[in-house]
Amino acid sequence: MELFDVQIITGNLPEFWRGLWMTIELTGYALLFGFLAAIPLAVMRLSANPFVSTPVAAYTYFFRGTPMLVQLLLIYYGASQWAWMRAAWEAGHPLWTWFREPYFCALLAFGLNTCAYTVEILAGSMRNTPHGELEAARAMGMSRMKALQRIVIPSALRRMIPSYSNEVILMLQGSAIASAVTLVDLTGAARNVYSRHFAPFEAFVFVGLLYLVLTFMLVGLFKLAERRWLGHLAPRKAGQGRQA
Amino acid sequence: MNTVMPENNNMNEKATVEQVRVEDLHKSYGDHEVLKGVSLTANAGDVISIIGSSGSGKSTWLRCINFLECPTAGRIVVGGKEVELVRNRKGDLIVKDARQLQQIRTRLSMVFQHFNLWSHMSVLENVIEAPVHVLGLSKAEARERAERYLERVGVWKFRDSYPAHLSGGQQQRVAIARALAMEPSVLLFDEPTSALDPELVGEVLKVMRSLAEEGRTMMVVTHEMGFAREVSNHVIFVHQGRVEEEGRPREVLVRPHSERLQQFLSGNLK
Repeated sequence: MELFDVQIITGNLPEFWRGLWMTIELTGYALLFGFLAAIPLAVMRLSANPFVSTPVAAYTYFFRGTPMLVQLLLIYYGASQWAWMRAAWEAGHPLWTWFREPYFCALLAFGLNTCAYTVEILAGSMRNTPHGELEAARAMGMSRMKALQRIVIPSALRRMIPSYSNEVILMLQGSAIASAVTLVDLTGAARNVYSRHFAPFEAFVFVGLLYLVLTFMLVGLFKLAERRWLGHLAPRKAGQGRQA
Repeated sequence: MNTVMPENNNMNEKATVEQVRVEDLHKSYGDHEVLKGVSLTANAGDVISIIGSSGSGKSTWLRCINFLECPTAGRIVVGGKEVELVRNRKGDLIVKDARQLQQIRTRLSMVFQHFNLWSHMSVLENVIEAPVHVLGLSKAEARERAERYLERVGVWKFRDSYPAHLSGGQQQRVAIARALAMEPSVLLFDEPTSALDPELVGEVLKVMRSLAEEGRTMMVVTHEMGFAREVSNHVIFVHQGRVEEEGRPREVLVRPHSERLQQFLSGNLK
């Protein structure tokens, strides 16, 4: 047996390719859902009304306080424990049958998980809005809603880019647990190839490299985003302002 | 000493159009009464300087006028219309109708000590923001207006910079342009030069003086005695939450009656 048999990789490229897409899809949709839902939830999280903020806080504490694998297994296997859920499956209920689909369960678990982290990141960033900027918004006649929409959220979204990039990368790596519910993502593909050829090195080193490439691409994208949206916090470049 | 007195004195004689009237305003924080019944009237073209040592309540007074702080008691009339107030749970007075509050705030534009520019927006965006999203102007109209006022205060060439990349004096001039772009009936200045390096104070005062000479109605909380003496037509000295002395700057600042104002001025000679 060779030390590193490239043919095992080239021979299984289609499977790796499908796995790669599964990883990208799951991560991408979960992040999209998590991000969009995080914006209103972060606003609620900061509400002065405890009936609004406490449920959101409870949600984020639960999803940040337990492993994502546990959440995934709970959703995928837990759903079938209820008799009414099984009955709904029998009857072909349009919504509840989704819980039989591993793809849907993984999306739901990942989405809820990343959303919880994103809510906290965004809420923290909103909390750090300079008080004076909010005061200026009020003094200019903006309503609370308008000030949130025009000042607080846009500036918080920009300031959260660096910490959010970490969350995105963690989500990508974390999606590797999708194979626990029979989905064949990158990690699942590697595991299949490994068990077929008993070639752990080839399978996992190749997949590791793919994760690495994805991560570097994300880091690059976030660098661009920072340059585009965080210019106002960067040190002044030569030739800007100040000269009399 | 004998610099140009703004034309607003003549305007007062011609027609007095009342812009803001504050009557018997009180403000307490818990047991501590910061304002103990202060009143003022600002007519069109008036430049009122409110002076006093720190902690005298002068900033609180100004901030009560556009309801950034909620007074505990008193009446406020803006543009001849009494502001309808109701008491909230904490016992402070708030404006009953949110729409009226927002309308008042668009008529009284404020310039802050720490500029409070929106840091994620360029200079031009800062000035366009409220005219578009509060007054409902079109983007093009607001842009034309913004460029005019940025030009007016001498920071037009920085229109695409971010506030953090400008000096304090430049930032404060942008903030003045932002206030002007609302085309308010009264400009409120809350210690506009106190956060500036001494060498930058002049450029901001120069802009403020030129606005006064245009006949704009201004209320200025300030430590700049030169400005109070030469530019304003009315000076109010606040001490421990009360108006200790007020009147024409030449009289009040040159021949103060009260001992406190004498003390204050001797410590503030400029």
